[in-house]
Amino acid sequence: MKEKTIRKSRWMTTIAFIIIIGVTYFSAVITDFNFIEGALTFPAAISWIASNLWITAETWERLPAILTKLNETIFMSIAATTLAAVISLFLGLMGSQTTKVNNIFSVIARFIASFSRNIPVVAWSLILLISFGQNSLTGFLALFVGTLGFLTRAFIETIDEAGHSAVEALQATGATYSHIVSKAVLPQSLPQMLSWILFMIETNIRSATLVGILTGTGIGYTFDMYYKSLNYNAVALVTFTIVITVIIIELISNRIRKVIL
Amino acid sequence: MTLLQVAKLGKSYDSQTQVLKDVSFTVEAGEFVSVIGPSGAGKSTLLRCINRMVEINHGKILFDERDVGSLKKKDLRKLRTDIGMVFQHYNLVPRLTVIENVLHGRFGYKNTVQGVLGRFTEEEKEQAFYLLDKLGIAEHAYKRCDQLSGGQQQRVGICRALIQDPKLILCDEPIASLDPNSSTVIMDHLQSITKELGITCIVNLHQVEVAQSYSDRIIGLRKGEVVFDGRSALLLEEQINHIYGTKQRELITV
Repeated sequence: MKEKTIRKSRWMTTIAFIIIIGVTYFSAVITDFNFIEGALTFPAAISWIASNLWITAETWERLPAILTKLNETIFMSIAATTLAAVISLFLGLMGSQTTKVNNIFSVIARFIASFSRNIPVVAWSLILLISFGQNSLTGFLALFVGTLGFLTRAFIETIDEAGHSAVEALQATGATYSHIVSKAVLPQSLPQMLSWILFMIETNIRSATLVGILTGTGIGYTFDMYYKSLNYNAVALVTFTIVITVIIIELISNRIRKVIL
Repeated sequence: MTLLQVAKLGKSYDSQTQVLKDVSFTVEAGEFVSVIGPSGAGKSTLLRCINRMVEINHGKILFDERDVGSLKKKDLRKLRTDIGMVFQHYNLVPRLTVIENVLHGRFGYKNTVQGVLGRFTEEEKEQAFYLLDKLGIAEHAYKRCDQLSGGQQQRVGICRALIQDPKLILCDEPIASLDPNSSTVIMDHLQSITKELGITCIVNLHQVEVAQSYSDRIIGLRKGEVVFDGRSALLLEEQINHIYGTKQRELITV
């Protein structure tokens, strides 16, 4: 009996494996994608990257200009995230089951959250680019809207998770809504919320590059400019600085997280 | 003096199930009353009707000559400051310290600004430490509540109720998540609250034996109806079987 089951499950694995290969093959045929040709382009691509995307001595001279732009991008991400966090806090309180004032506000808060979250940042930047034109406000707004949706959702869940029990107890003592929010809900959920904000700052610095390319602001614009003027050495330097920045921000926020959680 | 008068209280959460039916009883000031009954009999709902944590559908509750059901927001707050509540799961804010959690009991007397800024008078702080000392957890005052054992957390919960300076304390299954030793400690404290401070206690309990040994009076609930109301000594095997149903009773004693 046991042997039979084992043999059966082995069969199932084999069949599943064959199906996956079959699906992959057919997708390749339909989309005209040739594995061998694709693989053959690798050496050429890598040798191009090795020969062109190289930080040369003269590109270092451009570093100050790049760093100014990078700074602008970092602070824009932080500003967008913190402003979104403040508004998300209110929306989160409205949207959560434990702290909602009434059902209408709760539905509105949840609607704003899912509306701004389900449209990708890239789409937001293109939409806002048309309406606001090419300036740093557009980039800021694109990050802000995406962050608002995500953080509201995360805050609603954090508050819900913190639980209804302490809220009930404080209600029973005769505490007011603002007492309950400030002394029971926030102390319990603030560390988790800060952790989400830090995560969002990291994410936003990464997406700020893409948003910048689309809206012509910050480090993304610098990247795009060098790229289009075929100055690949400078492109390499820009990429390098972005990578280093993201790593540093991640290290810092991991530190902070360890302390607060 | 009659402190609490419940008359023909009825409560239902939806149209099909009536959680409480025609519940009537009175509680004198300084009494220690236990409410017993099987799970789902409506014990928790009954307690929460008294401080109107759930709305009352039918009937009337008079607490200290106030009609609980008709109170407006401000008066309801005032009523709740007079009624302390102790919960099965302690319902503390786990990340805050013991002393902060105890002082939460004073919010009923604070306006919004005082409460949000956490302005407590020296007397209130002294009272908080006095209560912690009385319940034997003064040395943990600056610890976070999630570092305490269940029994210790429940004592914090009792302190939070006592600092309200209440006339009545409602205890919703205060020992249901505790081990036998901590249970005895908590029940002793509750008893001394009534005996020494003269504060009336209404305690929901699962354990019939505990109810019999601690309370002056027992109210038995079954399917939302009062089926026993009298002195503890009068609660005999027959009445217990009637409250729990014979089969369930056997399960409990084993």
